[in-house]
Amino acid sequence: MNDMPMVRFENVSKRYGPLTVLDNLNLDIGRGEKVSIIGPSGSGKTTVLRMLMTLEAINDGVLWVDGEPMTHMMQNGKLVPATIKHIRRIRAKIGMVFQSFNLFPHMTAMGNCIEAPITVLGMKRSEAEERAAELLDMVGLSAKKDHYPSQLSGGQQQRVAIARALAMRPKIMLFDEVTSALDPELVGEVLQVIRKIGREHDLTMLMVTHQMGFAKEFSDRVCFFYQGKICEQGAPAEIFGNPKNERTRQFLNAVLEAG
Amino acid sequence: MWDWTFTFEILPVLARAAIMTIEATALGFAIAATLGLVLASIRLAFPAAGVVVTVLVELIRSTPLLIQIFFLYFVLPKAGIVLDAFTAGVAAIGVHYAAYCSEVYRAGFENVPRGQWEASIALNLSPWNTFKDIILPQALPPVVPALGNYLIALFKETPLLSAIAVLELMQTAKNIGSETFRYTEPVTLVGVFFLVMSLVSAGMVRMLESWLQRR
Repeated sequence: MNDMPMVRFENVSKRYGPLTVLDNLNLDIGRGEKVSIIGPSGSGKTTVLRMLMTLEAINDGVLWVDGEPMTHMMQNGKLVPATIKHIRRIRAKIGMVFQSFNLFPHMTAMGNCIEAPITVLGMKRSEAEERAAELLDMVGLSAKKDHYPSQLSGGQQQRVAIARALAMRPKIMLFDEVTSALDPELVGEVLQVIRKIGREHDLTMLMVTHQMGFAKEFSDRVCFFYQGKICEQGAPAEIFGNPKNERTRQFLNAVLEAG
Repeated sequence: MWDWTFTFEILPVLARAAIMTIEATALGFAIAATLGLVLASIRLAFPAAGVVVTVLVELIRSTPLLIQIFFLYFVLPKAGIVLDAFTAGVAAIGVHYAAYCSEVYRAGFENVPRGQWEASIALNLSPWNTFKDIILPQALPPVVPALGNYLIALFKETPLLSAIAVLELMQTAKNIGSETFRYTEPVTLVGVFFLVMSLVSAGMVRMLESWLQRR
């Protein structure tokens, strides 16, 4: 089973009415691989993450996670649509950080980080708090553990959100434009935390980003999406240094010009 | 015109009736607040069943409370369900206001950003824990003022129970009037009682509101 990739999109399509957002996507993400997804808005790149987090249903194809189908399950040797119980079991391997943080505003930083470990994993409160304290320390916020989200800066909120996702011990972390809602001076602290967990945790990471510099330096592979398809993918040095596709070149020029 | 001796004579009787009014209000609102939340939650959890709830809510909101009280008290016994006047009256008021409260809760639920649901899915919370720990605590505080207004409205409608002879304030005042042929004092006292209680509860709702905002 370990020769299966951590994530596999197999002929996955997503449509909203007549609009095809993702067209027959095939994409494998290896174990521990860090993949960045770039592309213009409307190219379907965020949809890739949202489908993997099961926030969007897929219309066609099969999504595999850690060697098992997630959107489907095996029954008498055939793939049938998954039950919610099956989805929840597979989904437990995935964590996600959102552009708009989505912290629970009525809970402290600590409360945010222990809610799911207690109610989903069945951890004891003391155990969950101990683990959350470690994670909040790792993201540099041990002093803020009793603060509510409204008392934190955007960068701090996003770092709590990262700690909250890690508290569920996922194997895969999804980052959906996690610095896009931040003031420019707060972007660095969040990227630094992502760098750190990339180094210190054995995680498969998939991120949609507009931070080209970060994508170049951090990822093992970059996928350029255009109109619902992977237009070009490869090592960051290739994509950024020597893009083969005209669309990729145009996009990168436009982004770099905007600076 | 105004007889103070008579006023003090009827005061104890009216005070007992006032307790009945407050009891009817408290019980009626307990039903309204709970049933309203249940209705709104059903609509949230099972969109398919939502149509049934919507029809029910519209039916209740579009007919006068007095008719609903009569229905429970005079018509239900024909179907073998006999309720005493107080129970029938309180149930009618409770169900009537539950329809209004369910709309208030619904607005509260809709007010919770979609990102909160998505974060709950990403953390793999069960639907029940999502509702109880994430959605409800955010949906309730903003709707407390609206619920408070319905509490006061419900309170002011309890005199309708006099139509089925529940011995609340209005009925008691009418009884005093028909026995003594003096209406000025009892009816005025009832009015003053409602005025004072409404103002007091409005003040309490406002205090609760600002306390919730400070949190």
